[in-house]
Amino acid sequence: MRNTLVIAGKELQGYFVQPVAYVVLTVFLLLAGWFFFALLRQFDEMVQLIQMMGQQQQLQNMNLNTRVIDPLLHDLSIVLVIVMPALTMRVFAEEKRTGTYELLLTAPVRTGEIVAGKFIAAACFTLIMIALAWIFPLILMIFGNPEVGVMFAGYLGLALLAITFVAVGLFTSSLTQNQIIAAVSSFGLLILLYVISWPAESGGGAVWALMKYLSLPDHFSTMVRGVIDTSDIIFFLSVTVVALFLTQRSVESARWR
Amino acid sequence: MIEVKDLSKTYGNFVAVSGISFKAESGQILGFLGPNGAGKTTTMRIITGYMPATSGTVLIDGLDIFANSLEARRRIGYLPEIPPLYSDMRIEAYLRFVAKLRNVRRAALDNAVEHVMHVCGLTSMAGRICGQLSKGYRQRVGLAQALIHDPPVLVLDEPTIGLDPRQIHEIRELIRSLAGKRTIVLSTHILPEVSQICDRVVIINDGRLVLEEQLSDIPAGTSLEEVFLQAIAKESGGGEGSAEETLEEVGAGHSARF
Repeated sequence: MRNTLVIAGKELQGYFVQPVAYVVLTVFLLLAGWFFFALLRQFDEMVQLIQMMGQQQQLQNMNLNTRVIDPLLHDLSIVLVIVMPALTMRVFAEEKRTGTYELLLTAPVRTGEIVAGKFIAAACFTLIMIALAWIFPLILMIFGNPEVGVMFAGYLGLALLAITFVAVGLFTSSLTQNQIIAAVSSFGLLILLYVISWPAESGGGAVWALMKYLSLPDHFSTMVRGVIDTSDIIFFLSVTVVALFLTQRSVESARWR
Repeated sequence: MIEVKDLSKTYGNFVAVSGISFKAESGQILGFLGPNGAGKTTTMRIITGYMPATSGTVLIDGLDIFANSLEARRRIGYLPEIPPLYSDMRIEAYLRFVAKLRNVRRAALDNAVEHVMHVCGLTSMAGRICGQLSKGYRQRVGLAQALIHDPPVLVLDEPTIGLDPRQIHEIRELIRSLAGKRTIVLSTHILPEVSQICDRVVIINDGRLVLEEQLSDIPAGTSLEEVFLQAIAKESGGGEGSAEETLEEVGAGHSARF
C-alpha cells in the first residue's frame, strides 16, 4: 500500500509539471465553456421566443437541466473520448522508451502496486479536471434554479465514465513503448465501446443483449437524466477493474516472457 | 553474494546467453567483460530480476531472483545501461522517490539522500532537472540511485561510460571504496578499469562463458588485454588467429553495429 501511494504521489506531481496534462485540461475546459455558452444562448433565445408568443404553459416546461446540463454532459463525454487517450498514453509507454521501466520493475514493488499507483494518479487528475467543470452548474445555480441533485448525478456519471477511460488508456499504454500507438488504440477502444450497441438496436438474443449492456452511452445517459442506478455504477466499475486487471497482466508478462 | 547457475536466455531462435555460471563472493568486485552483443546486459537484466531466464537460476544471498523475487530485489542496487532518470524531476526529488520505492525508512530518508548526493558529487546540483543534465551527471545520478538503499549487492552496467577522465577516476575510487562488505558486479569495455578495481574477472563471448579467474591468478607480465583477446580468439574457433586479427574482427563488429 505504501508503495502504491509513493508511485501515485510521484505520478500526480508529474502531471503538474508536464505540458500534455495542461493541454488536456485546457482543451477540455475551453470546449466545455464553448458548449455551455452555445447551449445557454439557445436556451435564452427559446425563452424569449416563447415569451413573445405569450405561451406561459410552454415557459413552465423550459428546464435548465434538460436543455443545458443534459446536452452539455453528453458533449463533454465525447470530448473525453478524444482527450483522455492523450492523458494516459505516456503512462507506461514513456517509461519503456526512456528506460525508467527497468527501475520500476527491479524495485521491490509488486506489479499490482505499480498499476494501482499509476491509476490512482491519473484518476485523481481526471477528477480534478471534472470538478473544475462544475463551474457551469455553479453559474446556473447563481442565475437560475436548476435541480442540483440531477446535475450531481450527471457529473457523477461523467466522472465514472472518465475513470473507465483512464483504465482503458492505461491498458493500451502498457502494451507498447510508442505513445501514439497507445493513444490511437485507446481512442479506438473507447469509440468501439461508444457504438457497440448500434447493430443491436433491434436485435434479440444473448449476444445482442451483451452488446447493449456494454454500450457506454446507455449507462451514462441514465445518470445524466438524474437516475443513480447501482447497476450502472457497477457497470463502470467492472469495466475499470477488468481493464486494470489486464494492465497488471500485461506489465507482469515482462517477468515471464 | 551472487550465484549464477547455468543461465540461458533465448529470444525465439536467437540465443543471447547460453549456460553461463559464475559466482561473486561478498567483498568482491567482479568485472564482467565481453565484446558488444556478447550478452552482458541481458545477463545483468536477469540477475536484477528485470527479465526472466529461459533456464538456469540466479541466487542473491541465497535467494532465488525469480521464486523469491521481492526479497532478492530488495538486496540489489542496479545501474542499468541507460540511467533510469525521469526527465521532468529534479535530482533530489528523484532520489527521494527511488529511496521510498526501495523501502528506505522514513526516518532515514533525508540522510540517505544527502549521503548519496555527497558521495556522488551531486550536492550542489540537488535542484537541477534530470532531463537537462550532461551524460556524466546522468551517470552519477544513476549511480546515486543504485546506492540509495545501501544494498549488499550492486550491479553496475558500464558505470564509467560517458564520463571524462577525472570523473572516471572519481567513480572508480568510489566503487573501490564501496566494495568492503558488498558484492559488486560491473560490466565494462575498458580493460585497464578491470585490472585497476576488480578482484575477479568473467569474460563472455557470444553468450558463452570463456574465462572466469581471480585477477591475482593471471601471471605477472601478461596484460589483461592479452588474456581477453586470447580467450575470445579461442572461443571464436580461430585458434591460430593472432591477437591483432581478433582485434580487427572486434573492430569490424563495432563499425558494422553503428
